[in-house]
Amino acid sequence: MTGLSRRRRLAAVAVIALAAVTASACSSSGDDTSDGGGGAYLVWDPYPQFAAESEWVSLLKKCGTTAGVTVERTGYDTTDLTNKALLAAQQGNSPDVLIVDNPVISTLAEAGALTTTDDNKLDVSAMAANLLGAGQSEGKTYGVPIGANTLALYYNKDVLTAAGVDPATVKDWTSLTAALTKVKAAGKKGITFSAIGTEEGSFQFLPWFWGSGAQLTSLDSPQAVSALTLWTDWLKQGHAPNSVINNTQTTSWQEFATGDYAFAENGTWQLANAEKLGFSYGTIPIPANAGGPAPAPTGGEFVSIPVQKNTGRYETSQKLVACLTNADNLLATDTTLSYVAPVTAVQDRQATADPKLKVWVEAVRAAKGRTGDNLGTKYPKISESLWTAVQAALSGGKSPQEALKAAQTAASTR
Amino acid sequence: MLSTKRTSTTTQDQDGAAKAAPPGPPPSRVRRPSRWLAWGFLAPVTIYLAAFYAYPLYRNVELSLREYTVRSFVQGGAPFAGLDNYRTVLSDPAFGPTLWHTLIFTGASLVFQFSIGMALALFFHQHFPLSRTLRALILVPWLLPLIVSASTWSWLLNSDSGLVNAALGAVGIDPVNWLTSPGWSLTSVIIANIWIGIPFNLVVLYSGLQGIPVEMYEASALDGASSWQRFWRITFPLLRPVSTITLLLGLIYTLKVFDIVWIMTRGGPTGSSATLATWSYRLGFGNMLPEFGPGAAIGNLLIVMALIAGLIYIRIERRQHLR
Repeated sequence: MTGLSRRRRLAAVAVIALAAVTASACSSSGDDTSDGGGGAYLVWDPYPQFAAESEWVSLLKKCGTTAGVTVERTGYDTTDLTNKALLAAQQGNSPDVLIVDNPVISTLAEAGALTTTDDNKLDVSAMAANLLGAGQSEGKTYGVPIGANTLALYYNKDVLTAAGVDPATVKDWTSLTAALTKVKAAGKKGITFSAIGTEEGSFQFLPWFWGSGAQLTSLDSPQAVSALTLWTDWLKQGHAPNSVINNTQTTSWQEFATGDYAFAENGTWQLANAEKLGFSYGTIPIPANAGGPAPAPTGGEFVSIPVQKNTGRYETSQKLVACLTNADNLLATDTTLSYVAPVTAVQDRQATADPKLKVWVEAVRAAKGRTGDNLGTKYPKISESLWTAVQAALSGGKSPQEALKAAQTAASTR
Repeated sequence: MLSTKRTSTTTQDQDGAAKAAPPGPPPSRVRRPSRWLAWGFLAPVTIYLAAFYAYPLYRNVELSLREYTVRSFVQGGAPFAGLDNYRTVLSDPAFGPTLWHTLIFTGASLVFQFSIGMALALFFHQHFPLSRTLRALILVPWLLPLIVSASTWSWLLNSDSGLVNAALGAVGIDPVNWLTSPGWSLTSVIIANIWIGIPFNLVVLYSGLQGIPVEMYEASALDGASSWQRFWRITFPLLRPVSTITLLLGLIYTLKVFDIVWIMTRGGPTGSSATLATWSYRLGFGNMLPEFGPGAAIGNLLIVMALIAGLIYIRIERRQHLR
């Protein structure tokens, strides 16, 4: 019996010890990473699709070896990464290198979580100015683009041929709507896009918004109303399906892949999937109202160096980033991601290697950063008002005019 | 649970102390470690509760009382804002409609889940051939991950290629924009949520039915009660304790339903299917520039709503006991 009670007491001691160990483990893990000096450098990226043996990860490892350190890489889901990065900055355990979606850069910069090129001595002179814009605010640069993607119009050659439409004639909004009318008359569906009530919806609407000559600082201008009217009329006349209101870019692509649609607004990242379509496709730039390619928003990620307690780590981080963004590695990375490189010389190499990329290179050169024009952290508010207006008009709740007026009020008061 | 644990430890301690007393030191010295022992047993659950319940709750309240920007979230030093975040949320033009949607969503879901669940429980209580298999099949919605069922519903209800509209078309009814028209989106998410909630109600009510003695029914049958009377006079009153806890759990669960709505409509179009839970998420995480303060404020309002429901439940419980 004494043995039993002793065993109980032992168990209790073990429980307490375990609790104490857990508690101390929790508290010590915090200062573990900020300690610095060690050989391991942390890299976070939004490419969870790449496994440990992928080219991307071996490139990271190779750059680490060149810089004399080991690289520990974690891939997160894009939307997850913003919150993770903010939390890590709050806890003081940010990664050494953070690769993140470009509009997030201004948010993280506002939070004081990123170093500027003045601190980390990164050379960004080779980068295309319209792409770099998304990472700049008040004259400071917070990161370097690793690759860019943007939007264009994919078309189904079979549907267009059957309807008697020559894609080369689609130069402006009038000719595009005329093409859609012909397609509808031939018994096929016109165009699909994504107008969902998230950032994706604004991203897809922006080429039309900017292509009308509108500015994000004035959401209710007559030009803006004309862009939203274009979309609303397409829905009313049956050129675009009602499901666009709830479409993500992926579901919109799935609609296009059925082969019923003549056009689809989608991005560079679908190129690999486009090869798997059961029909032949082509791409044209999104036309502006008055003709010529409309400025589409730039997508794609930035490589940034988050603030560390131990500023001595920046030197190695800078070497890692410089390695990731040198011309040859950019070409390799952007080919695997099916992105357009942020450097003009590399863009030309991509276009020669694959002529299909030519449209995309042109589109990227005409593209604009969403957070550019010194909007920075004002952009998220404006964008939320904008996608709400698009949804209100497309679902028939409000006229384009009313919807945009409400959006401008909402964006300017907050 | 806690109290029984404590009494059992003390009896063990006295037991242990009594055995150890004859050869060892005076009892007062043995008493001491025994108190430590009691704390030792309490420690795991206390640490767990503090780390995973008390602290997050405290942080959420704190978040809602300070004016956080991304900068002050990371760098610290967010100014104390009192009830400003609550004022912002309550005066937002979206608050009224969103609260209304939450109430309709919760109310309609509970009424239908409960009545359909009850009907099915009574149906399966009759033990006909294959009833076990069928009951197991009805549980499937409960077992599916929410992301799967919500995505499936959004495919079914798609305006252009959805199965529901195709079926309606076959009967000659015009297609309905289930998820994309402000008039229908809330109904659509409610339908999906009812479907997901039925199995839970079925299981709990069915097990409640097992507890009703068969003699009651036999006696009432001898007295010539109709099946309708049997339900209202025997089944329903005897099932009341099970029913109230089912409804309470359903209420707490439905108030905070987020995944189904977010996956199916993102609370849209233009907030027409937004509930307090999706609104809170949108403010805190659905935007590139998070607004933690108002988001946390809505979260706390939801907790308060669930708490009030819990208090009402305890009230009803007590009244039933008194009777």
